[in-house]
Amino acid sequence: MQKRTPLRISWLDLFLRAFQFVTAVVILIGLYNTFTAARYTSNQWATLVFAGLAQGSIYALIALGYTLVYGILLMINFAHGEVYMAGALSTVFLANYFARSGFLAESPFIAIVLMILFSAAISTVVALLLERIAYRPLRNAPRLIPLITAIGASFALQYTFRGFYGSEFRSYPTVEALRGIWNIFGFEVPIVQPVVFLSAVVLMLALYWYVERTKAGKAMRAVSENKDVARLMGIDIDKVIVTTFALGGALAGAAGVFNGLFRPQGVFFLMGFFPGIKAFTAAVLGGIGNIPGAMFGGLLLGLIESLGPNIILEGLGIPGTNQLKDGIAFTVLVLILIFRPQGIFGERLSETKA
Amino acid sequence: MQKFQFKSIVRHGLLGSVIALYFSVIGMVEAFGSRDLFGEYLNLGHLLLFGGIIWSGFAVTTGRRKAGWLTNLVSATLAGAVAGVLPLLLVLANRQIELREVFVNVNPNLMSILTFERADTAGLLLLLGVSAAGGLLGGLYNILHARIRKAIGMSVTVTLLMAIFADLVIQVLSNVASRETTKLFYVGDSMKPAVAVVLFAALAALFYARQTLADKRATEGTVSTETKKAQLRTRIFQFVGFGIVLLIAPWVLGSFLSQVLFEIGRFVLLGLGLNIVVGYAGLLDLGYVAFFAFGAYTMGVLTTTGPLNPAPGLFNFWTALPIVVLVGVFFGVILGFPVLRMRGDYLAIVTLGFGEIIRILALSDWLAPIMGGAQGVLKIPNPVLFGVEFNSPERMYYLVLFGSLLAAFISIRLRDSRLGRQWMAMREDEDVAEAMGINLVQTKLLAFAIGAGFSALGGAIFAARLVNIFPHSFNLLISINALSLIIVGGLGSIPGVIVGAFVLVGLPELLREFTEYRLLMYGILLIVMMLNRPEGFIPAEIFKRELRAGEENPAPAKAEA
Amino acid sequence: MSKRLFTLLALLMVASLVLAACGSATPTEAPVADEPVADEPVALECSDAIGCVEVAPGDSIHLAYMLTVSGATAFLGEDSLGGIEIALSDRGQVLGHDVELTGEDSGCSSEGGQTAATAVTSDPSVVAIIGTNCSGAATAALPTISGAGLIMCSPSNTAPALTDPDGTWLPGYFRAAHNDKFQGRVAAEFVYNELGAHTAATIHDGSPYADQLQQVFATTFAELGGTVTFQGAVNVGDTDMRTILTTVAADSPDVLYFPIFEPEGNFIVAQSTEIAGLEGTTLVGADGLLSASFPGNSGENVVGVYLSGPYITGDAYDSFLTRWDEQIGGVPPSGFHAFAYDCTNMMLDAIEASAQQGADGTILIGRQALRDAMATTSGFAGLTGNLSCSEYGDCATGEALGVFEITHAELDGNWPPPVIYTP
Repeated sequence: MQKRTPLRISWLDLFLRAFQFVTAVVILIGLYNTFTAARYTSNQWATLVFAGLAQGSIYALIALGYTLVYGILLMINFAHGEVYMAGALSTVFLANYFARSGFLAESPFIAIVLMILFSAAISTVVALLLERIAYRPLRNAPRLIPLITAIGASFALQYTFRGFYGSEFRSYPTVEALRGIWNIFGFEVPIVQPVVFLSAVVLMLALYWYVERTKAGKAMRAVSENKDVARLMGIDIDKVIVTTFALGGALAGAAGVFNGLFRPQGVFFLMGFFPGIKAFTAAVLGGIGNIPGAMFGGLLLGLIESLGPNIILEGLGIPGTNQLKDGIAFTVLVLILIFRPQGIFGERLSETKA
Repeated sequence: MQKFQFKSIVRHGLLGSVIALYFSVIGMVEAFGSRDLFGEYLNLGHLLLFGGIIWSGFAVTTGRRKAGWLTNLVSATLAGAVAGVLPLLLVLANRQIELREVFVNVNPNLMSILTFERADTAGLLLLLGVSAAGGLLGGLYNILHARIRKAIGMSVTVTLLMAIFADLVIQVLSNVASRETTKLFYVGDSMKPAVAVVLFAALAALFYARQTLADKRATEGTVSTETKKAQLRTRIFQFVGFGIVLLIAPWVLGSFLSQVLFEIGRFVLLGLGLNIVVGYAGLLDLGYVAFFAFGAYTMGVLTTTGPLNPAPGLFNFWTALPIVVLVGVFFGVILGFPVLRMRGDYLAIVTLGFGEIIRILALSDWLAPIMGGAQGVLKIPNPVLFGVEFNSPERMYYLVLFGSLLAAFISIRLRDSRLGRQWMAMREDEDVAEAMGINLVQTKLLAFAIGAGFSALGGAIFAARLVNIFPHSFNLLISINALSLIIVGGLGSIPGVIVGAFVLVGLPELLREFTEYRLLMYGILLIVMMLNRPEGFIPAEIFKRELRAGEENPAPAKAEA
Repeated sequence: MSKRLFTLLALLMVASLVLAACGSATPTEAPVADEPVADEPVALECSDAIGCVEVAPGDSIHLAYMLTVSGATAFLGEDSLGGIEIALSDRGQVLGHDVELTGEDSGCSSEGGQTAATAVTSDPSVVAIIGTNCSGAATAALPTISGAGLIMCSPSNTAPALTDPDGTWLPGYFRAAHNDKFQGRVAAEFVYNELGAHTAATIHDGSPYADQLQQVFATTFAELGGTVTFQGAVNVGDTDMRTILTTVAADSPDVLYFPIFEPEGNFIVAQSTEIAGLEGTTLVGADGLLSASFPGNSGENVVGVYLSGPYITGDAYDSFLTRWDEQIGGVPPSGFHAFAYDCTNMMLDAIEASAQQGADGTILIGRQALRDAMATTSGFAGLTGNLSCSEYGDCATGEALGVFEITHAELDGNWPPPVIYTP
């Protein structure tokens, strides 16, 4: 029995390797066929890349909320998508008010900053309420328990906001200042996409700086390493956890406004569910609990979703490729996790934590 | 006399106020304002509006018996008045600006409910006054003698439930007696006030008597000394009684409640399967719906009389059933392979991905020639056994009952087997389990396979009941619901799965009347239940111990996910 | 000792309940039971093959709805529900009775439809049902509904199988919404003959409605002589349509037919200008998008988009929208409210036509008689045009369809848009 164990494991490895090899070959065939067919112009590809980056940066901002909370509490905040929705949906009224009063056209920068602050505030309040009501009482319970309250909170938040604002679809106003086209490396790109992408990157860098360089960030890292020792060192665990939720909420709120600028339509009470799951996927892809991992995972996921159907599946001659784009995203996730079960940036440490 | 605790009064008052405001703004007060509970005297909207306010009067006086009854009553009244403030401010604010532009449910109708249909200041004062009275009521309840309080509390609850679930009571009553009988107690779906009063009084007397007896027994210290034999006999009686109840249930309850029972049974089957994967083996699976879909689609495609059937007329429900289960087991192993190395939350998201991939494939145009795509699989025949067609919820119930009993039996046998102990060892610590000579690959794959088999069986029954299946039925919510119910019931516990299914599947079905607020209630229910009973309704022994260990030790309980 | 006490108390309780109930019940119950017998002993006898519903004086006629009022398709249910409520309050009393509306959330799924159907049919006082929104829910609900002798009228089922006797049709099923066969054909004819398009691409969203509609469109378009360059799909919940639009743009078709719903439809319209290759492509949608919120939510690109749908123009519809704003607030969230309004009125007409009336105001509604009355509806002037029900329940015959063009006026709040084509 003991002797056979290594052999069996290697069979498994062999199987998984073969699986990965076959998938890689299939993907390469798809890529080859797509490029030799040359159905799309380079400008069309560029559109998809920039849209994917903008979308990915929104995923990344939400994913940071998952990752921050996971790093500290080792729990999946399943309701985080709803935190994002709360900010995005509430701010739509402010944005339309600004648009009607002409403020948005006059001084778009200030208006957008105000919108981001408002959205971040709403999302932060929701995130803190969530922590206080649904998670704090269960901090010492087995990990599955807060997962269930998170699921419950997710439903409760969705339908609370539906009760507040109704179930219609709403949209953000278009911002005149962001309407034009930029010429980047010879490609025509709507201004709003690089603007959203860069603003999100700035926010992420700010977060990274906060966590790595400030004293509060240090406390966060200490708590995520070892709660007991951190407490002995005089760190107020509750305060750190509250800060973490607030940070995650604020980022999600900002993501809500970015989403509204980049893609104004379809703002409604269930808008947080899919982005929440996608962002969670992105966080896991990068290595959950790891901040650069969440950023990278978000961008990668955005690109896969944007490019995947056309670049891989079409080359394979599969009809209705766009329907399968979530399938591609999850397949890539599985492929990566098979050989790096801790995600792309995850430390080996996380295996014992998980 | 102790001083008033103003801080506590304001705090509890505001909390109650927030609850009242919340139900008002999300529209429930107005939506259920037309749902009379006891004739014209009380509707569900009032209950939602004043529930929180009464609670604040109750909460502020709880544990303050020493303060004296007068102080308590005054505190409670004050708290009630404070609780009325936010709804009052809502009315005032709405007079200044049109809040409806943003909050769609703050409409004139709500305003007239809040101000008792008076547009002047008197309406506002009335709101404040009634709130104060509500607080007083809560306080009054609290200063009663414990025995009376319990009796009143219980009977109020029961009476309210009888009124809220009136349509169910009516259905059962008209099934066992006649429709005319129900008209003695209910007008439409609202309970006659006189009936309510009598019911309340009778229940209160009953509960009071029972409490008195119980107290007396407790003081006398008599402990029932039943012999083992007698215990066994009661056990058998209970068992037989339970069996009879299960068998005759659909004929007593009528078709709607049988349908609800069927839904519950379907989720019991899913829950038992998932319980093996998550509860026994500790593998967090969020994509469990995939196997359910495999089961339903295999059954659908093999037996349909439509064009999708590759071998028309070859299979009926019973001959397809073994194939369905085998397909489920097969895919359990196939999908189990890639995730063998993953743990905890990584496993969760990957399995979630699998579930989504399966749904997406079922929906896709690519596989539409095989699985029907968006048009689904139509015309799946109902099972027929000895000439009896299972075409009604009452009959399908027996099929799902049989399936659940089978699954429960297998689950129990597995739990106590060598394999079951291997699973649990693996759940506690994979590395140690491996070091002890447990073959992780085989053990994990077996868990996935058996769990998948149960789920596929559930899917097959589901398809045969529905006749037409569409990919949208196999969404993430099924996985989430199955996971929630085994945790709410008590992870790893078989009776827990059943209780969990009754609560999380049955209750939302009964809450249909709440239509658009149903999922809100479901969410709140999940949170409240987990906060009150984190170990689940009927926890398995081992988790009970673990949770207690966690409470004694401030260090976070080691995860077993 | 204690057990006996309990039994006694329990018995007392039951007895007192019954007494109390009888006490309060007698005055109201007695006249109902006695009077008709005394005045007209034979007039109201149920001779209907599948049973009757008796509505006593003072009682109300009970209608039920089965709509999707929760989840991602809640807007559909709210849209229909609003139409029903306005129809009922416009109508007032029917044959001297109030009309009571209760409802079930059927969701947009088969299992939801089935459970809702068993719930509705468990109340024998229900006369007729308005619902369901989704065809999947209807196919699962229909056996139960039909078996219980009820009629249902759907404001938004469009699947051809539902009114096909070889499909999933069963007696008692009616719909005011247009069969996909009609609407897909009208759209294809409009696009080929009026717009002069020769190439077209289609997008559906995985709902049976959109899938069927685009299939009918594509088949008809090809029959007429056009070329279908691409048939693809998005998922409900997708927000980024650039990928599929890029695929569509590779062939630069004359027309993109996307018979889907908000918000996916909004995204397609809004993102269509970002993609190189779609400059010459005309967007054409269907009644799933024919709602007042569509232009505003889609932004400026919406100008020049065509939508097929029920012929809802004129004063009647304008006053409906005014009523909506008063009674419910805002604008209807989707495009099926007018069908719901018509369904409700057709059913109430059929009830008026088929019910037997007693001298005291009691009415007796024969279930088969009601079905027959409903099936013989003809020339009903509804919000959605003239409706005449066929033997298999299609009340919208396809003649009352129109194609609307969205102009700048709609972007500024005008609704409905001008009709530019009728078959």
